Amino acid sequence: MTFVTPDSEASPLDLPAEAGMLEDEHARRDIRDRWLLSVPALLIIFFAAAGPLSVMLLYSFLTPGDYSGVKWIFSFDAWTSILVQRDIFDDTLQWSDAHLTIFWRSLSLSMITTALPLVFGLPTAWFISPRPPGTREFWLFLMTVPSWTNLLVRTIAVQEMIRAEGVINNVLMFTGIIDTPIQMMFTNFAIGFGMTYVYLPLMVLPIYAAVEKLDKRLLEACYDLYASRWQAFFRVILPLVKPGIIAGSILVFVPCLGAYVVPRVLGGGKNLMFGNLIELQFGGGRNWPLGASLSFTLMVIVLIALIFYIRVTSQERKDG
Amino acid sequence: MQNLRYAWPKKTAKFTAENVQNGGPNTIMQAQTQVADATPEPTDTPESDPAEIAIDARRISKIYRGEDDVRALDNVSVGIRRNEFFTLLGPSGCGKTTLLRVIAGFEPPTSGQLWLNGKDISRLPPNRRPVNTVFQSYALFPHMSVANNIKFGLEMLGKPKKQIDEIVDEMLTLVQMQPMKSRRTSEISGGQQQRVALARALAPQPEVRLLDEPLAALDLMLRKEMQIELKRLQHETGITFIFVTHDQEEALTMSDRIAVMSAGKILQIGSPQEIYQRPAERFVANFIGESNFLDATLKGKTVTLKAGGSFDVDPPETVAEGEVSVLLRPEHAFITDDESALPARVETVVYSGEATSIHTRLEKTGEPVKLRLANAPTGSGMPEQGAAVRIGIQPGALSVLKD
Repeated sequence: MTFVTPDSEASPLDLPAEAGMLEDEHARRDIRDRWLLSVPALLIIFFAAAGPLSVMLLYSFLTPGDYSGVKWIFSFDAWTSILVQRDIFDDTLQWSDAHLTIFWRSLSLSMITTALPLVFGLPTAWFISPRPPGTREFWLFLMTVPSWTNLLVRTIAVQEMIRAEGVINNVLMFTGIIDTPIQMMFTNFAIGFGMTYVYLPLMVLPIYAAVEKLDKRLLEACYDLYASRWQAFFRVILPLVKPGIIAGSILVFVPCLGAYVVPRVLGGGKNLMFGNLIELQFGGGRNWPLGASLSFTLMVIVLIALIFYIRVTSQERKDG
Repeated sequence: MQNLRYAWPKKTAKFTAENVQNGGPNTIMQAQTQVADATPEPTDTPESDPAEIAIDARRISKIYRGEDDVRALDNVSVGIRRNEFFTLLGPSGCGKTTLLRVIAGFEPPTSGQLWLNGKDISRLPPNRRPVNTVFQSYALFPHMSVANNIKFGLEMLGKPKKQIDEIVDEMLTLVQMQPMKSRRTSEISGGQQQRVALARALAPQPEVRLLDEPLAALDLMLRKEMQIELKRLQHETGITFIFVTHDQEEALTMSDRIAVMSAGKILQIGSPQEIYQRPAERFVANFIGESNFLDATLKGKTVTLKAGGSFDVDPPETVAEGEVSVLLRPEHAFITDDESALPARVETVVYSGEATSIHTRLEKTGEPVKLRLANAPTGSGMPEQGAAVRIGIQPGALSVLKD
């Protein structure tokens, strides 16, 4: 049953000609204001990111200069020499495993230093989240304090712990557990240890945010529906804090892959990682184009990882 | 957990929307329930046949330690029967939700025992109790579909897949959510979420189902609909429902029996009729419905109002003769020309659709008396403000309160 008369039905269309102009003007002004406000950000992005990146991309197609810098001669050498090497004597091309070894070390160490903070970080976040607000902030504060210190200082502090005459070896020797110091410095272990320490907060904070959002009544619902602790963990907790885990993993994995300070201080000259390899090209190696091409390679790998992440997470949202 | 029954113990009772609103066909049979004492005598045997009792809470106390100890439950004993729609009713903070959480196993009681069908379950963790909860916020798993939510409990019990699918199907049909089964729980409306929560708690065939104010978040129309739906589900499945609410109307509409709680104690247990018409004390009378309290003197089975007039009453045994308070419900008073009725003056007249509330003050004692009169189709006949009237009281309307 309807009480609408034909007259009242037509009325919404009976608007004066100038109707809507105010709305249009308002919308236009709004858009213009937004553009004006974004100018500083756009300038920064251009001068700090797009500009230098274009220069780097250009350099990667040039020939290295004699002492440093580049010669303006077009060449693909910087790109090919990532994977192959021209033999000095017979001019044949051979696989260069040096870069691959370094890349593999970077990748595996980064994966380990992503996995370890995850294993330590999830329980930490789980522990912090149900504290009363005051204590909770204190724990989070403790978590973040180290990252307020200079990275180099922190890394050297780690060095003090693990070097031959460092705290760990001294304690072990004093208690008689060992009688010669364990060589920890300048090993992959040292790099992994240092990076785990440095990047742990970056893992804990996003996971904490996800745990914090988790409705604790869902756990009660789990137990109410006969789930054991493990079942509750794998069926409900893990899927729900997964966005935090993935965000944390990216925050740790990406900088690890290009890490420079930690491998330099704790890994010494022997255990190069990708970041150090790039640095070497701009410093002692005097091969700027190779440094540039390596940088881009790293960037592409990170981009692929990110795209993979976006795919996986959006897929999940669709699947239900 | 192993002895969950999988055949629906269907009831044959005639069941229509009409008798749901009157409290269901069971209500009349259960009206003989005895009225609980304000401080229930701690008993280790429930008041009726033990075989009839599903949940038997014995002297349960829950004390939250702190700067000031909070006694959330104070020596609560209650026997909840099989297939009963039992409601815990009280204002917020009265301990009703705490009692529910003790039964579910989320809160260990400070002292006391909890028996389920003759077994002591006080020490069982929640995942080993054949009890399922519908949470106030529903607590549906947001990363799962409707069907997977319902499936969860059955999977945790390790039921065979074929059986799980059958039950889930049956549940979806029961709560009329079949077309929505693959939706995410975030993509359905509040009323639908509520139905999924019901189905999820029903699917594992619990021996007792707990409902923690499950209708509180719904709007009025939907709430009324769900009240009838819940009552229907309880009847069709024959499972004991323990329902927590602060809404007295909801409690009266749905329950077989109601326990009125206040400050961690159960004040009275009885059918909706008993609770409403013969409340044991002032708090219960006040909490449920509107009340007039009048001073009177009790002698034998007769009260004499201070304002005048003697009436037959059926006083509880615990009330001594002498000065008492009596309760008069506003709808049990009327305006009359009878010379022997109580003279009063009208102070306010409030129209509220189906009825009119008339606030008066008795001439003799100055006691306020509220009347609730049904409105005639013509809308006339109500006294005006300041008018002198006489108030009559329907026979049997007065009940003597304990305090």
